[in-house]
Amino acid sequence: MLFLIPGALRPLAGQRSEIRAPFGGGSLAQALDVLWKEAPALRDRVLTELDQVRPHINVFVDGCNARDAGGLTAPVAPDAEIVLLPAVSGG
Amino acid sequence: MPNVRHISPKPGDTLVLVGTMKGAFLLRANADRSKWDVGGPYFPGHAVYAMACDSREGRRRIWAGVNSMHWGGMLHATDDFARNWTNPVAANVKFPQGTDAALKQIWQIAPGRASEPDTLYCGVEPAALFVSHDAGETWSLVEGLWNHPQRPKWQPGGGGLCLHTILLDPERPATIRVAISTGGMYVTEDGGVTWRPSNSGVRAQFLPDKYPEFGQCVHKVVQSKQRPARMFLQNHWGLYRSDDRGETWTDVANGVPSDFGFPMALHPGNADIAWIVPLESDEFRCTPEGKLRVYRTRDAGAHWDALTSGLPQDRAYETVLRDGLTVDTQSPVGVYFGTRSGKIFGSADEGDTWWVLADGLPPVIAVKTAIV
Repeated sequence: MLFLIPGALRPLAGQRSEIRAPFGGGSLAQALDVLWKEAPALRDRVLTELDQVRPHINVFVDGCNARDAGGLTAPVAPDAEIVLLPAVSGG
Repeated sequence: MPNVRHISPKPGDTLVLVGTMKGAFLLRANADRSKWDVGGPYFPGHAVYAMACDSREGRRRIWAGVNSMHWGGMLHATDDFARNWTNPVAANVKFPQGTDAALKQIWQIAPGRASEPDTLYCGVEPAALFVSHDAGETWSLVEGLWNHPQRPKWQPGGGGLCLHTILLDPERPATIRVAISTGGMYVTEDGGVTWRPSNSGVRAQFLPDKYPEFGQCVHKVVQSKQRPARMFLQNHWGLYRSDDRGETWTDVANGVPSDFGFPMALHPGNADIAWIVPLESDEFRCTPEGKLRVYRTRDAGAHWDALTSGLPQDRAYETVLRDGLTVDTQSPVGVYFGTRSGKIFGSADEGDTWWVLADGLPPVIAVKTAIV
C-alpha cells in the first residue's frame, strides 16, 4: 500500500512524500490506522475528534474520491495507492 | 512561501501581537513607541484568531491559536519571540469522546492569575471553555459549562458560535466570566463547576423577547482590575456599563454614531476610561459615514468623544473585529487596533493621536500587547 503525502504534511512525516507499508486489505479506516503508526502527527491533521476526515481534505483510493465510495468504509486493496490532498474548498 | 522576518525585542519593549486571517505577526517598539519593527508572517496561510503572552514565572511565552481550513486547529507556543514554535504531534485542544463535537476554531487564550502560574484558559468554537493546569501541555474541557442546559439553545452569530472572551475576576479566584456569541455572558463562582447567565439589561434585537435571560450576541466584555465591580459590554446593538460585576447592565450609548460594534478596551489603571470602534450597522459592518473613528469615554460612558487625529476621515469603510482593539500598560497608555483591511493603528497618548504601525497585512482578527 502506498500513501502519497501532501506537501503541507511532509514535515510531520519525516519529510516523506511517499509512505509505503504492508496492508492485507480492508477499509480505508484500517488503512489509515497503518499510516498513523508510520506518522502519528498526521492523524489529528487528517481526522477530527469524531474520527471523520476533515471536511476540506480529500482522500483518493486508486484515483477515486473515498467520499463517493463509502468514506472511511471504502474498500482498500493490499496494493492500493492512497492520495491525501487538501481540497480546493479549503481556500 | 513568504520570507519571514524576526524581531529582536529587548527588556522594556512594547510588543503588539497580531493574528490575521492568513498568519500571525509580531510588532515591537521601545518604550516611546515611536518606531516599530514587524516580524512575520508566522503560520502563513493559517487563520490566527487568538494570541496571548504568558510572562508568569519568568516566561517569555507567546501563544497562538492557529487554524487551517484543511488540517484543523491547534495551539502553538514560542519562547524565543517566534523564531521557533511548538508543533504538537497530537491536537492539544480537542473535544473528548462523548461530546459529539469537533473543534472548529480557537478564539481566545487567557493566561491564568499570577497565583496559578501554570493555568491557562482557551475559548473555542463551538462555544466551549478549555483549561490547562500544566502550562499548556494538556487541556481539558470545562464540563460544567459544556453541560449547561441552555447550551443547546445557543445560536451561531455571523462569525460562528464562539466563546470569545474570558475574564478572570481580579479579586475572586473562583469567579470567571465568559462571553459567547450567541449565548450571552455566563459566570461561574465555583471555579467552573456551575455557571449561570448574567445578561440583565442587555438586549437581543433579533429575538422576540428583547431582554431574555440568555441568547444575546455579546461581542466583548471588559472588567476593571482596580475596581472589579466596573465592567463595560459591547453588544450586537447596545453599549453597556455595569457597576455590580455584570449582574445588571445600564445603557451608556451616549453620543456615539452607532451602538453596534465589536471591540472594546479598558484603561488598565482607570475604570472610567474605555475605547470602542462603532460600526454603522449589523448589515454594513463598516465605520459610520466612511470615517474611521475610535470613541473614548473618560466618565464611565456618560460621554463618548470621537478620536480622529491621524485616522482617515474620508472613504474609510473599515471594520475592527471583537479582539482587534487593545491597550498596553505603558505610561501614557498606548492603544492599538487592527482592521479587516490589514492596517494596524497605534496611539501612545491614550488615543489623542494615531499613526499606522503596519499596513498591507491580511485581514486582522486579534491584537494583543505585552511588555518585554
